[in-house]
Amino acid sequence: MTVPQSARPGLYYPKMPLGWWLRRPNYIRFMIREVTSVFIAIFLVVLLIEVHMVAQGPEAYAAVVAKLRSPGWIVFNVVALAFALYHTVTWFKLTGVVQVVHLGERRVPPGLVVAGAFVAWGVVSLFILYWLLVRS
Amino acid sequence: MREETITLEVTRYRPGHDSEPRTESFAVPYQKDWVVLDALNHIKDQLDGTLTYRWSCRMGVCGSCGMMVNGVPKLTCSAFLRDYYPGPIRVEPLANFPVIRDLVVSLDDFMEKLRRVKPWLIRAVEKPVSEGEYRQTPAQLEDYKQFSMCINCMLCYAACPVYGLAPAFVGPAAIALAYRYNMDSRDEGYKLREPILSESVGVWECTFVGECSVVCPKGVDPAAAIQRSKVAGAKDWAMAMLMPWGGRR
Ligand code: SF4
Ligand code: FES
Repeated sequence: MTVPQSARPGLYYPKMPLGWWLRRPNYIRFMIREVTSVFIAIFLVVLLIEVHMVAQGPEAYAAVVAKLRSPGWIVFNVVALAFALYHTVTWFKLTGVVQVVHLGERRVPPGLVVAGAFVAWGVVSLFILYWLLVRS
Repeated sequence: MREETITLEVTRYRPGHDSEPRTESFAVPYQKDWVVLDALNHIKDQLDGTLTYRWSCRMGVCGSCGMMVNGVPKLTCSAFLRDYYPGPIRVEPLANFPVIRDLVVSLDDFMEKLRRVKPWLIRAVEKPVSEGEYRQTPAQLEDYKQFSMCINCMLCYAACPVYGLAPAFVGPAAIALAYRYNMDSRDEGYKLREPILSESVGVWECTFVGECSVVCPKGVDPAAAIQRSKVAGAKDWAMAMLMPWGGRR
């Protein structure tokens, strides 16, 4: 195992300051990404409550929907949507790095892998929109 | 005409004397073709012979001259003064490592981690020399080549906030090297390295800040190696759940 860092006398052990994440733009972007997940998590909890209320009957569901129509919740949903988009876009941009795709002997260029992810995302989103708006 | 100078704000730390590092400023001649390392050499030769730092090749190969330049991990032999004009230029020891003296940090922790990931070709059974070499196609070479370019300069560890907060993290370069051997068609040591990568301080400690790959002077992209190792680890885990009697490789 590794020796604990405080093992050697005479050495100076630097400490990470609380504001370490303000030091570099990439750290800040990383922190924003982390914060976006909190909003997405809250959104999902609300969604679960809605589903639960559907099971409780039409009145219970209507009550929740009425609550969610308040300006506060609308603002929250807009923010959560923006964060979800930010999270998704940054995530897809990374797929080119993470996912190595081979076609035969050749490696598919990372840019194409990213493009593929975006196209797939667009197709699925359009399908869901169609299903929600046209079919129902 | 007076010679133009640029100021270097250099971190000094004398073990046994100082309780913590302090900063000392030096004015050095501003030469367009000088790198930060040239400026440090000028200080040591002309101004203060006690200044302590590491360097060797002066051409971005040995990986020993890594320091924080204006807060960013850099090879000082490749960091030109002109890119920091008019200064001042802050030169500090690599972040996240214990400081031995002035700009010299202790790399013991990394050396230990490097040893643990077994960065060498492992064969289940070595074939006799008489049977010839282990052959490899250019495509197989391409699978790991980029990850073999690491010069152990430790810039990636200095850039990694996870390593700063949790020093037990195996860290970017060590994982990139483990991945380099795992991806080598001649290697059969995946199972031996896997436990080290999948432990709690292994790949899963990484939150994908990605700064390691940004600062790497050799284009190794350790962040990619870590995420790909996560994918491989997750696949193993899934396979083990589905087929308890035997998984991958
Ligand atoms: S991965 Fe890059 S930054 Fe890290 S030690 Fe190797 S060469 Fe240096
Ligand atoms: S002195 Fe060798 S890499 Fe800078």
